[in-house]
Amino acid sequence: MRYLTDRKRAEGKGASGTGTEHHWFMQVSAVGLAFLIPTFLFIVGSALGQGREAVLETFANPFVAILTGLTLYVSMVHFNKGAQMMIEDYWSGSLRKGLIMFVIGLSYTIIATGLFALAKIAL
Amino acid sequence: MAETKQVERPLSPHLQVYRMRVPMLTSILTRITGNALIVSTILIVWWLLAAATSESYFNTANAVLTSWFGDIVMTLSVLGLWYHYLAGLRHLLYDAGRGLDIETAVKLGWACLIGSVVLTVLTVIIFQIV
Repeated sequence: MRYLTDRKRAEGKGASGTGTEHHWFMQVSAVGLAFLIPTFLFIVGSALGQGREAVLETFANPFVAILTGLTLYVSMVHFNKGAQMMIEDYWSGSLRKGLIMFVIGLSYTIIATGLFALAKIAL
Repeated sequence: MAETKQVERPLSPHLQVYRMRVPMLTSILTRITGNALIVSTILIVWWLLAAATSESYFNTANAVLTSWFGDIVMTLSVLGLWYHYLAGLRHLLYDAGRGLDIETAVKLGWACLIGSVVLTVLTVIIFQIV
């Protein structure tokens, strides 16, 4: 038992040390994705199933390339923070840390791969 | 470093003591769909990388994504995407302190469930035509 008052316990940035940063990020990225996703879905839906030439032509367009890169980045960071919340609910200790590191690594690998492909196509 | 010490805490009433109702179901589905979308994201990025690399690599990725298996994964992903989209908007509303009374929460839950199916059907129809 630590002799802390409720006030003292809630002061500053709380137990996480980062305050509401995580939640605020999820709200900001959710609003961003609400705008990005419908357009992204339309672009991918139209390009999927076409020949390579048509796909390359689609993603070589600057608007499409920028929108795709932006959607990938925002959605993958939104994903890794969301997956972190799930992992924190169901696992603990070192396994929790390992799983969180894995999803962060996975999300940035996907971002890097996607941006590389886009650069190769669009530039 | 000392081992992480697990403190024996009393457990709060858990899943089995609650009857599954719409707000509970829709909350669980938000988590499942959000995390499951990683599968189609990986497939799309792989397909994009293949297109950037070579004709033969693209043919492989394209064959996987447009096979019956790819069609099932992509259609389910569209459903998951629209569901997570609507549930996310609902979450923003909740964060603003609105729609939290039981009646409204149940209605919003149904709106997410029905809305996502409607949007998925529309999406599939649109891309059949295009």
